[in-house]
Amino acid sequence: MTDALTGHSVKQASFLDYAPAPESTSILHLKKSYGLFIDGAFVKGHGTPFKTISPATEVTIAEIANANAKDVDAAVAAARKAYDRTWSKLSGADRGKYLFRIARLVQERARELAVAESLDNGKPIKESRDVDVPLVAAWFFYYAGWADKLDYAGLGPNPKALGVAAQVIPWNFPLLMLAWKIAPALAAGNTVVIKPAETTSLSALLFAEILQQADLPAGVVNIVTGAGDTGEALVNHPDVNKVAFTGSTAVGRAIAKSIAGSGKKLTLELGGKAANIVFDDAPLDQAVEGIVNGIFFNQGHVCCAGSRLLVQENVHEEVVDRLKNRLSTLRLGDPLDKNTDIGAINSREQLERIRELSDIGEKEGAQRWTAPCAIPEKGFWFAPTIFDNVSTSSTIAREEIFGPVLSVLTFRTPAEAIAKANNTPYGLSAGIWSDKGSKILAVADQLRAGVIWANTFNRFDPASPFGGYKESGYGREGGRQGLTAYLSGAGWSAK
Amino acid sequence: MNASTQAVALPQLAPAQRAIGLIGSDLTEKSLRLHLEGLPGVDAVGLEQRAAGLGTRSIKTTSKAWALDTIIRLIDLTTLEGADTPGKVRSLVAKAMNPDPSDTSTPRVAAVCVYGDMVPYATEALGASHGDPDAGLISVAAVATAFPSGRASLPVKLADTADAVANGADEIDMVIDRGAFLAGNYGLVFDQIVAVKEACRREDGSYAHLKVILETGELNTYDNVRRASWLAILAGGDFIKTSTGKVAPAATLPVTLLMLEVVRDWHRLTGERIGVKPAGGIRTSKDAIKYLVTVAETAGEEWLTPHLFRFGASSLLNDVLLQRQKLTTGRYSGPDYVTID
Repeated sequence: MTDALTGHSVKQASFLDYAPAPESTSILHLKKSYGLFIDGAFVKGHGTPFKTISPATEVTIAEIANANAKDVDAAVAAARKAYDRTWSKLSGADRGKYLFRIARLVQERARELAVAESLDNGKPIKESRDVDVPLVAAWFFYYAGWADKLDYAGLGPNPKALGVAAQVIPWNFPLLMLAWKIAPALAAGNTVVIKPAETTSLSALLFAEILQQADLPAGVVNIVTGAGDTGEALVNHPDVNKVAFTGSTAVGRAIAKSIAGSGKKLTLELGGKAANIVFDDAPLDQAVEGIVNGIFFNQGHVCCAGSRLLVQENVHEEVVDRLKNRLSTLRLGDPLDKNTDIGAINSREQLERIRELSDIGEKEGAQRWTAPCAIPEKGFWFAPTIFDNVSTSSTIAREEIFGPVLSVLTFRTPAEAIAKANNTPYGLSAGIWSDKGSKILAVADQLRAGVIWANTFNRFDPASPFGGYKESGYGREGGRQGLTAYLSGAGWSAK
Repeated sequence: MNASTQAVALPQLAPAQRAIGLIGSDLTEKSLRLHLEGLPGVDAVGLEQRAAGLGTRSIKTTSKAWALDTIIRLIDLTTLEGADTPGKVRSLVAKAMNPDPSDTSTPRVAAVCVYGDMVPYATEALGASHGDPDAGLISVAAVATAFPSGRASLPVKLADTADAVANGADEIDMVIDRGAFLAGNYGLVFDQIVAVKEACRREDGSYAHLKVILETGELNTYDNVRRASWLAILAGGDFIKTSTGKVAPAATLPVTLLMLEVVRDWHRLTGERIGVKPAGGIRTSKDAIKYLVTVAETAGEEWLTPHLFRFGASSLLNDVLLQRQKLTTGRYSGPDYVTID
């Protein structure tokens, strides 16, 4: 071929080695250091600041303030003041206006937010650009519409806000989880103190700038950055009325214990070990895509990931074979390259955990297969991996790995599929693949999972409630049901 | 004779080699139907999502340069109008041989595609350039079998085909009988393809390449497209082609993805490679690059050769040339800087 740029003849090794197509970071104007966002302004934290790095390169992006108990106090006080003096006095329609404004600003700054998210979290830009940020805007638009219609939330006439909501969110979808928490809280009339995860504070701090741009009254949303102790101080603060947490089951359990009897309303969205059930009458090519999307989307850092593939025995080999072929086409690398399918693992700590559990899986006798892809020298990476012939008693069939690792199990009948799918302490999501609608409905009816996808996986919509059974938590986020977590009706009163 | 005790002898289908290999020597309408209806279903939402996902690949710089040249090499430059004349065909051939007079490094297209009666003019105009696209030459493809509707009796279709082959056509683009397919007469469609394939036979025993047009816009469902693709391959087609270009929708990315999945599966099963030709409606470089990505990531990069993938297009070529000029000069020119055929 001839290189059209130089006119020289160059040899193209392979078309599939697509030339680099990096998203430019020039749109980002990051500060060297970020303070806490309290009472409408950035202030210094009293803890020791920490650095946030790009997991793809391990290069420091910015320094982030660390909130101690004193800072949390100030943030809760600001939220209380804003609730008493401003936000609770506004009409629903006026609260809605602010939310609409935030949604539009998120859309205007979508590119910038996507780049920041991929830089800080390690997820591919195509996901932050096409999934995370559009959903963030959608969430604010959706709940903006609810703000003046709370009478129809299902809690009877004139439901009341709870007051100050303390919210702690994880690192897998930093900005999206923030939107899931803040949008319904504000629509319902609460004020908020939110703590992003330690490794992914950046997009929340850019969001704080958006709140300033939107002229949201000071103190309505406060953002405190820090590690576990900051979160602990926040959820245990005596002046918060509501606690919402998304993260690990262990931490969720600790929160539930520590606030028990305090009168704080609690929602928990915790771990999962979802079954993705493939019947022999499934649309196979689409099922393979769905399996890939179910477990390798966002490097498997998804609480509702389809990490257990339950495939009917008579199509097991064919499905695994097709899956391996498909995984061989996934592109792992620079999260900012527009052609990257698999980005970086968010932190060294998480990478270690994935490695540890994978090694256990191998020791326990499952067959390990890893997609052939070059791993960059710097940063945290884990190639897409399948474990075949996994038994239900195996550790990797029971524990949440939270990484790009799929455990393959087989079943013979629908009854066995249902039994195996339900045989987990979790119950967040599940997937069913079959061309037969009646079978899908019959199986879905018996699965104990909060979200069930049929012939698709990992699809989210603000109008659809999301949440789990059993150790996957309680309460629902999204939809009308998501509002009830932030409101008290006739039957329940906030302390 | 007691019909209830008499074993019914099912009429045998034409003994096409591939079908016998896969389905068995007892090749009947029923065994063919059981095979086609036993194929896994297609989930439309999932298929379209996958196609849309492939469409978001970002092909830049050196990859784009290679892609643009490859698109040109894979084009069947087409004119299929009632108003076609020898002059029009000669003009098309001139364009095929020298797509961009301002840049002699521009590759040639794979073939010109014309109606059967225009084949002599096309071969004459090509002269020494007539031949195998792998050797840098240009093939002549003729549409046949009462294109585009296919509504004629089998003898007429066969005569149409044999005539084009006798005139020097290297490739025959036939249409299937969609009416028969939709009525469930898979055996009829099958037998006709086998017969047309035989009509592609030249005096020296070699065959003109057979592209089987499914007219996916009329088949309407993805399940039908998958069945028709298998049927066409089993009956002996060298290529499966989406459309005539006379029916909307013509080629779409999801339909092409689906057909690529079929040829990929056929290859996994038998080791044999079948070609795919989307035709109609692909007008821009941007769209065509999405098809290249879909081919490479579904069937594999080795499919990106004229013997395994073609674009049936007319206006696509000039858009690719404009993009190519932009890559070379850094500036966009305009439609007056590429020639019309």
